[in-house]
Amino acid sequence: MKRWKSLLVLSSLSALLVGAIALGIALGAVPLSPFDADPTNRLILTQIRLPRVLLAALVGGALALCGAVMQGLFRNPLADPYLLGIASGATAGAALTIALHLDIYWGFVPLGAFLGGVLAVAIVYRVAQTRWARLDNYALILSGVALAALFSAVTSFLLFYGGAAHDARRLIFWILGGLGGAQWLYVFGVLGTLVVAGMVVLLFARDLNALALGEEMAAHLGIEPRHLRKILLVAVTLLTAVAVAVSGTIGFVGLIVPHILRLIVGPDHRLLLPVSALGGAVLLTLCDAVARTVLAPAELPLGIITALLGAPFFLFLLRRRAQIGATL
Amino acid sequence: MIRLERVRLGYDGRLVLRDLELEIAPGEVFGLVGPNGSGKTTLLRAISGRLSPHAGAIYLDLRRLSELSSRELARELAMLEQEISCSFDFTVREIVELGRLPHRARWQRLSRQDHEIVTRALWLTDTLPFADRSIQRLSSGERQRVWLALALAQEPKVLLLDEPTAHLDFNYQIEIMELVCSLAQEQNLTVLVSLHDLNWALHYTDRVALLSEGRVIALGEPERVLTEKLIEQVFRVRVRIVDGTGERYIVPLFGDLSPNPSPKVGGGFPLPVPGRGPGG
Repeated sequence: MKRWKSLLVLSSLSALLVGAIALGIALGAVPLSPFDADPTNRLILTQIRLPRVLLAALVGGALALCGAVMQGLFRNPLADPYLLGIASGATAGAALTIALHLDIYWGFVPLGAFLGGVLAVAIVYRVAQTRWARLDNYALILSGVALAALFSAVTSFLLFYGGAAHDARRLIFWILGGLGGAQWLYVFGVLGTLVVAGMVVLLFARDLNALALGEEMAAHLGIEPRHLRKILLVAVTLLTAVAVAVSGTIGFVGLIVPHILRLIVGPDHRLLLPVSALGGAVLLTLCDAVARTVLAPAELPLGIITALLGAPFFLFLLRRRAQIGATL
Repeated sequence: MIRLERVRLGYDGRLVLRDLELEIAPGEVFGLVGPNGSGKTTLLRAISGRLSPHAGAIYLDLRRLSELSSRELARELAMLEQEISCSFDFTVREIVELGRLPHRARWQRLSRQDHEIVTRALWLTDTLPFADRSIQRLSSGERQRVWLALALAQEPKVLLLDEPTAHLDFNYQIEIMELVCSLAQEQNLTVLVSLHDLNWALHYTDRVALLSEGRVIALGEPERVLTEKLIEQVFRVRVRIVDGTGERYIVPLFGDLSPNPSPKVGGGFPLPVPGRGPGG
């Protein structure tokens, strides 16, 4: 893709993001304007609305970026940030915190979720490494699937018998994903991780391009695939785990955003990665605005909206791939 | 120049290369032939630096291969795997530009000189006309030429090709081999190519090594190595070498498997894992 064209896409997506954020701030149970002088409205704006809208943008950006990296790493456009069991690990972590009644302390549920997510990926990585000596993609994906089932069983058990039942509503909301708990600390937490992880993955974007030709060919081009995979998996896992910790498991953003944008800007990861982050931010900001307003003052879990959008699209993708005879 | 000194390599306790010795001169088109499983691909991967020998050493010019980083190696040596697939919809030019990766630091953009090298590689392989087309919309013959362009963009001294004519139609096979040979001559490339079809080896290589069970059992000019007797011994199939239009052709006698068992050149299976066994 030509340089001016990339700049055009980047700047129009940035403009869209600014627009989406402005819209997100204005919309809600209480309509707001940044110039509102009313003290109550100002408080709603600075303490509730603003952190929430920014968190939506950051989480959306983080998930889409991670999705793009995972798709490149696994050479598969159907990969997403939750491929290695991070979502079910995080959910089990959150359920365990609630079951142990630790949720009365501030910040323990997100912490439990973060640790659960990281633990899940760490186990998957170890299992795949020891069982197959040489770590390969299938081993990782299969261990991810198996571990996701295991952690889901743990969550269900805790939910029904293990004492997480007293706060089942909270847990369910968390499973479906949502930004109801948004606060400034979360905003800065995700922002910091996104900046650091984002810089790391951008630095390796060109290696991901070479990886599209397969691990052997990438190696012949001077890249060390194992090294690359380790670095990128650490970056993606930490970023996804932070996002999941503050927002629950919001599905499909990390899957469809990179996919759509790849159709528009092409597969070059040096452009695809930043563009995906921007696109994910736009999408989730808008979805969250819908979640807050459509049943206002009640709120729809964000995961329902992204899944309503994402699942049909996912099926469309599968169907299209089946038609052109491509393998998954 | 590539030199292999008593290279021993294997997987899962099975030796694939057994004390293999070989020396390949600069500018040479060197063929590797032998039955499936005789070690051709393993040998190429060892020279590419992807597999390291359990024992022995491989030298590129005067340096030991293991002393070079994978990036340094990618500047000296390009390898095309037998089957290359591209998982995303890159354009031909984007693919060939990947050949410049080992020459550029991670944060560097491609320079004007890089772009010139890429265009030249496209031109040499006659892929320039479809440089902006998607790789996934090309025929397999065209795609094979793109992989060659990628390798040339690396500006290597040595080109390793693993069965470049496999899965290609006849016309494309000839096209690729002609191209490789002319490139070797014009660019003074050392080409090491594994071939399953002995006729290609007979026509296009300067020297060939006949591999069997991980050893070189014959080495030299193709006419002297690829004899009826030796082919029958190693491949267990009867062939005739016939003359036609001033060229020689190897013709298999269909359905006539040789009754002789293949010669056990390397001794019995299984061999001990190197480093643990008595010979390691």
